[in-house]
Amino acid sequence: MTNTLSPSAAQSQEPATPIVIVGHVDHGKSTLIGRLLHDTDNLQDGKVAQIIASSKKRGLKVEWSFLLDSLQIERDQGVTVDSTRIPFLLNKREFVIVDAPGHRQFLRNMITGAADAEAAVLVVDAAEGAREQTRRHAMLLHLIGIRHVIVLLNKVDLLDFDQAKIEAAEKSVSELLTKLDLEAALFIPASARDGDNIASRSERMPWYSGPTLTEALAQVPSPASRAELPLRLPVQDVYRFDDKRYVAGRIERGRVRVGDTVIIGTQKTPAKISSIASWHTAPQISAAAGQSVAVTLEPDVIPDRGDLLHKSETPPVAASRIRTRLFWLRQEPLRVGESFHLRLATAEHAVTVTSIDSVVNLDDLQKYAGEEVPAEGFAEITLSAAETILFDPFVPGTADGRGVLVDRQQRIVGGAPLLGPAAIADGEKVIHPTGSNVTTQDRTRAKGHRGGVFWLTGLSGSGKSTLARATEAALFADGVDVTVLDGDTLRAGLCKDLGFSEVDRTENVRRAAEVARILRDAGQVVLVALISPLLSDRALARQILGEEFAEVFVDADLATCEQRDPKGLYAAARSGKISGFTGIDAPYEAPVSPALHLKTSAGSVESETKTLASFIKDTVRLSGALKARS
Amino acid sequence: MDHLDQLEAQSVFILREAYRKLKPLAMLWSLGKDSNVMVWLAKKAFLGRVPFPVMHVDTGKKFPEMYKFRDEYAKKWDLDLLLGTCPPVEEMDPSLPPAARSAARKTAGLAAMIEKHKLQGVIAGIRRDEQGTRAKERVFSPRGASHKWDIRNQPPEFWDQYATPHEEGMHIRVHPLLSWREIDIWRYIEREGIPLVDLYFAKNGKRYRSLGDQDITNPVESNASTLAEVIAELETTRTSERSGRAMDHESEDAFERLRVAGYL
Repeated sequence: MTNTLSPSAAQSQEPATPIVIVGHVDHGKSTLIGRLLHDTDNLQDGKVAQIIASSKKRGLKVEWSFLLDSLQIERDQGVTVDSTRIPFLLNKREFVIVDAPGHRQFLRNMITGAADAEAAVLVVDAAEGAREQTRRHAMLLHLIGIRHVIVLLNKVDLLDFDQAKIEAAEKSVSELLTKLDLEAALFIPASARDGDNIASRSERMPWYSGPTLTEALAQVPSPASRAELPLRLPVQDVYRFDDKRYVAGRIERGRVRVGDTVIIGTQKTPAKISSIASWHTAPQISAAAGQSVAVTLEPDVIPDRGDLLHKSETPPVAASRIRTRLFWLRQEPLRVGESFHLRLATAEHAVTVTSIDSVVNLDDLQKYAGEEVPAEGFAEITLSAAETILFDPFVPGTADGRGVLVDRQQRIVGGAPLLGPAAIADGEKVIHPTGSNVTTQDRTRAKGHRGGVFWLTGLSGSGKSTLARATEAALFADGVDVTVLDGDTLRAGLCKDLGFSEVDRTENVRRAAEVARILRDAGQVVLVALISPLLSDRALARQILGEEFAEVFVDADLATCEQRDPKGLYAAARSGKISGFTGIDAPYEAPVSPALHLKTSAGSVESETKTLASFIKDTVRLSGALKARS
Repeated sequence: MDHLDQLEAQSVFILREAYRKLKPLAMLWSLGKDSNVMVWLAKKAFLGRVPFPVMHVDTGKKFPEMYKFRDEYAKKWDLDLLLGTCPPVEEMDPSLPPAARSAARKTAGLAAMIEKHKLQGVIAGIRRDEQGTRAKERVFSPRGASHKWDIRNQPPEFWDQYATPHEEGMHIRVHPLLSWREIDIWRYIEREGIPLVDLYFAKNGKRYRSLGDQDITNPVESNASTLAEVIAELETTRTSERSGRAMDHESEDAFERLRVAGYL
């Protein structure tokens, strides 16, 4: 970026070493980075003056973080919005400093920056010690497999540079890292603000004989070559150009040579590498880890994207149930039974979470049993697939076992470093729900609208079914694929084993929600007309249905409903023939903030139908959806 | 593998992902050094061909040398060239500073091309080291229906797994050169012998370090008249590549505003 010198000053042809800088907010990350760039003469001419001017304009002293915060919103709000990469030169060795924001949605931004780092600098305020984010960041370093961790004990001036106090701080951080199987390569006592032990040795800590930060960075090992490991070549694509078939992919480890026999994927088809094709290079007879190649095979078999090419004597692990670590990136918690696609290099497998084996508590870093994984949480889970998955268990510093979970809409929701095959526990229900090969987007495109669930709740007689049926007809006439699930219809068939006890009513709601989910996932608009009187039951439905759930309150006062009494139920309840009737001797808990509130005491069916139909169309129709977003 | 080999392999991987996952797909060709490298990398990825259209969104204000270069190499490289035009500056946001307002024409021209060809993927040659806001980009950067870049809400991107459009009307900007630096581009041009417009080389003590529209791009002081001299110059420079681009310097946020609206 323009803030630092173009590191072109480097003579070296070595790749830059990425270093991620993490730590609790206010422990001094930005100051450290500013100081480091300044003290090592990595700033462009005029940059310091520009930072002073920019700081002054906002009434600040010298805000080093402005070096990193290149966006105006970041400067104005004093927060880093997204991770930044800063090239940095140290004695002709090139580094890239990755700075990740310590604020909201931290995890997905940090992982974006840090996943390919060779080393990390964990900044800890020596006076304050490890805090919540220190633990969170350290946990993530462990999960993404960063082995070289330098702990910078910052602000040691606050401890008067006292050896005993600083060593006590070091001990407590060291104990924390041990719990995570992380071992710090080094602890450096420093004051980033004053430059002590950053690029020059502190004169205020004569007792410290270890390296300064710049000396420590110079010792970070270069990435190890993966060319000598057994071959893994995941197929990225297959091209047919000029009547020749090319199998394209990047060699993740090992090497291929012309004449080698490789095994292709789970079908275990053997084939010989007959050539390594390229354009504008010298002819190649072999290629190694890191190279993107295109090979031709003999016989001319046709592999698929995701097939793994390997040698017969060094096969990967094959399993359909896999234990994995997890860092969870979705805002909603993860629960058992959810289905995803597991991306593994170029392969993609439909998987289901069959168990949440443990969840990490960030306060004490211990693993506990848990029902769900919270947003930005860490866990160990078991995934099941209907097919066999070929993989290598996660090894830090390699591409092995780098699983990523994506949802139905192909959004990345979690990172899953694969641990190994999972055994089937005694008495465990082994189910393998399969994911669809038809994506939500395909369905949306074909139908011209999205699927969605509109949950009509209200007293008996408030007009839910009448409204739902009229709206169904109106939407259908408009080309919308729409279905109604109403209480009585469900109870006539699917739910005829259920009565009206609270437990049975909850089960009734659960079944309605599950059916609605299946229909919604098939791209339909579903109108559910169900009294569903309890807030907790509707919360259950929302949980099952997720974000595409709209609560519609069909609101008529009890007197009006009782007067309408289309099914004679109020009369029966009043005379004691039926009990537990909503509104009479069972509660109705009105929605707190429904997506739509229809008052049906006075309004005509026609006008309420119009309101509901247009609300639904705005929600699911593409033009409406586009409008809403822009 | 040396550094350039690694960058090349990574860019080829990215281009192949884009070709596999985003259809229809097109590459932006601004006729500058970076986009020539990008076309070259596509030919590496697809064994001598570029299997998708190459788009030049023409402001009508490029240097004559650039138009000549375009017509010559579109033929030599057998490119499926798509030309787009840009609306007049009067139609652009008047609250932008003058040079940024002029640059915004390209955003509008590009948006029209994306609509017209219903593109799911647009490959662009931006690099992180060029400009602070570009340092925050993803390799696959999703854009909503209005083409806006939502900086606050970028998807996670790690372990070479990239975002794909998950809503109707979205497209992805693909950035295969994101990790390249200016010096890498020049060293690769030298290594591979990639042709360039000669405006990059010094005449009468000046050369263009970055090429945009004639009226908003200024040459820098330089005597570097060969590839080797340009590389030697960059090895010691302490000023930024885009110092000759007027819109970057008009106000603190002019370039950020352009990019949020869909500029490259």
